[in-house]
Amino acid sequence: MAVLSFVEVADGKIKKASVEAAYYGSKVAESLGTDSIALVIGEAGADVLAALGQVGVKKVVQANNAKFNSFDSKVYTKIVAEAVAQSGATVVVLSFNNNGKLLAPRLSVKLKAGYVPGAVELPVFNGNTAIVKKNVFSGKASAQYQVATDVKVISVNPNSLAPVKGAGVAEVMQVIPTTVTDADFGVVVKSVDKITGTVPLTEAELVVSAGRGLKGPENWGMIEELAKEMGAATACSRPVSDVDWRPHHEHVGQTGLTIRPNLYIAVGISGAIQHLAGVNGSKVIVVINTDPEAPFFKAADYGIVGDAFQVVPALIQEYKKFKAAH
Amino acid sequence: MKILVPIAKVPDTTSKIAFIDNNTKFNADGVTFIMNPTDEWYALVRAIELKEKQGGEVVVIHVGGADADQIIRKALAIGADKAVRVDADPTDAYFVAVQIAEHAKTENYDLIITGKETIDYNSFEITGMLAELLDMPAVALVSKLEVENGVATLKRDVEGGTETVEVKLPLVVGAEKDLALARIPNMKGIMSARTKPLAVVPATGADKLTNIVSYALPVKAKECKYVSPDNVGELVRLLHEEAKVI
Ligand SMILES: Cc1cc2nc3c(=O)[nH]c(=O)nc-3n(C[C@H](O)[C@H](O)[C@H](O)COP(=O)(O)OP(=O)(O)OC[C@H]3O[C@@H](n4cnc5c(N)ncnc54)[C@H](O)[C@@H]3O)c2cc1C
Repeated sequence: MAVLSFVEVADGKIKKASVEAAYYGSKVAESLGTDSIALVIGEAGADVLAALGQVGVKKVVQANNAKFNSFDSKVYTKIVAEAVAQSGATVVVLSFNNNGKLLAPRLSVKLKAGYVPGAVELPVFNGNTAIVKKNVFSGKASAQYQVATDVKVISVNPNSLAPVKGAGVAEVMQVIPTTVTDADFGVVVKSVDKITGTVPLTEAELVVSAGRGLKGPENWGMIEELAKEMGAATACSRPVSDVDWRPHHEHVGQTGLTIRPNLYIAVGISGAIQHLAGVNGSKVIVVINTDPEAPFFKAADYGIVGDAFQVVPALIQEYKKFKAAH
Repeated sequence: MKILVPIAKVPDTTSKIAFIDNNTKFNADGVTFIMNPTDEWYALVRAIELKEKQGGEVVVIHVGGADADQIIRKALAIGADKAVRVDADPTDAYFVAVQIAEHAKTENYDLIITGKETIDYNSFEITGMLAELLDMPAVALVSKLEVENGVATLKRDVEGGTETVEVKLPLVVGAEKDLALARIPNMKGIMSARTKPLAVVPATGADKLTNIVSYALPVKAKECKYVSPDNVGELVRLLHEEAKVI
């Protein structure tokens, strides 16, 4: 028995979403009285891997071949399934991130394992049966999934739980053997187009977002400045990206990205249900809007009824003061 | 080129979400059901565009009861050529994926295009499950798809950007925004949809791997704490000391 978490590396570092998955895996291992093992695909230094011990990982196994650096769900499925067999894992934990959304259901089929996509809490075990909570209807409700298969696959909703770090050091093992052959590879990466210099929206802990209330693209300077001060990513409502005031990759909501940062600041966004669908998993929501009746206030933790052109510059100043003092 | 598009039936986005039978069942009373938006707007329309350019056939498949026929007819009106409905209660994603895979195995599709996660269970399961059941490569979160000489060129989302990848057909694709421009069925489409074939087939036995035991609504609506626009420093203090997010 063991719990195996699947860990991804980007630019030599463990992805934030994967740290959460490894932490979740360790917590599950703890409750089952077994070991937390992390499978890392991609290249990272031994110190980076050993640091997974801080979130409770006992052992790190690796599969790092230069060919594994780009994501091919079929190949990854084979590698993870082999690691499950070698470790005798009964629970496999992944992140419900871009790659996890394809890899986890594939694994579910390959291992004939019940799968819970996007868990928001740790599972509760009763014998061989696990009950896991996930959000449904775009965060408007939650559901308890019951899984009783011998092997279980769980993907963790990003930003659902904050890893508590200890002083552990994981034992970094040899690269595991795999039976992957050239014939298994089907996806060939031709080019990569990364948006540089900004925090990726789906990985961001803090997000500053603005909508049609800002009147025009020329007024986004203050939003970018606030985001830069806070180390936050920027987002926007759909109409704003539809008319090209902002790039499409910033659009959040039902038809755009779903994000769950710790803090979402919405400026001049009315809070339509389709917008909320993409952001209401955020831990804390701040709404700045001139209209006290704006529906967004109903989903907000903190609200300022006021003009963005007055409030945002003031917020930048106050945040600078706060940063200087802390 | 033969393309299969699985379509899901989901409650309209503005539906009131409520549960019955001791919170074990979604209350469908008075709820309008629609085709899952990303299935309709992106997966189906891109399939039709590819067929219009290169010839071939677009088949839509749904797993569910006769109450979905309206949605299936809409897909035909938008431009699919024929439809298959697997007549069964879709108990979990694995069951649904097995039904679609069983059909796909008999038809040699070049492409299977799914939408993104459905807006009810937000699970993102069918794309990956189908690919594994059919032992095919898969690419998800695709915002661009071209096919030439049996090779697909796709743009997919990765954290913080996009990647352009090439994959030989057959292939399973998960559609994302921007893959196509939504179409509204026209009169001619609606008329012809009535006579296009809709085959109703029985389900194949499949295990159920998961079970939803209960639902819950958020405990209580959030209470918004208001801060005066003349005292923005107070917001920073609250975010730091009370909410502990900065
Ligand atoms: C099927 C469907 C899917 C959709 N998907 C999405 C989606 O994914 N994401 C999305 O965002 N939308 C989506 N929409 C659109 C959505 O319904 C709303 O129309 C949209 O979110 C509104 O954008 P907004 O809040 O920026 O603009 P508005 O609704 O125009 O709101 C602007 C707000 O700014 C406030 N304001 C004005 N001036 C100021 C000022 N000086 N200072 C502060 N506040 C000010 C106003 O009071 C108002 O509340 C979808 C719609 C449909 C039908």
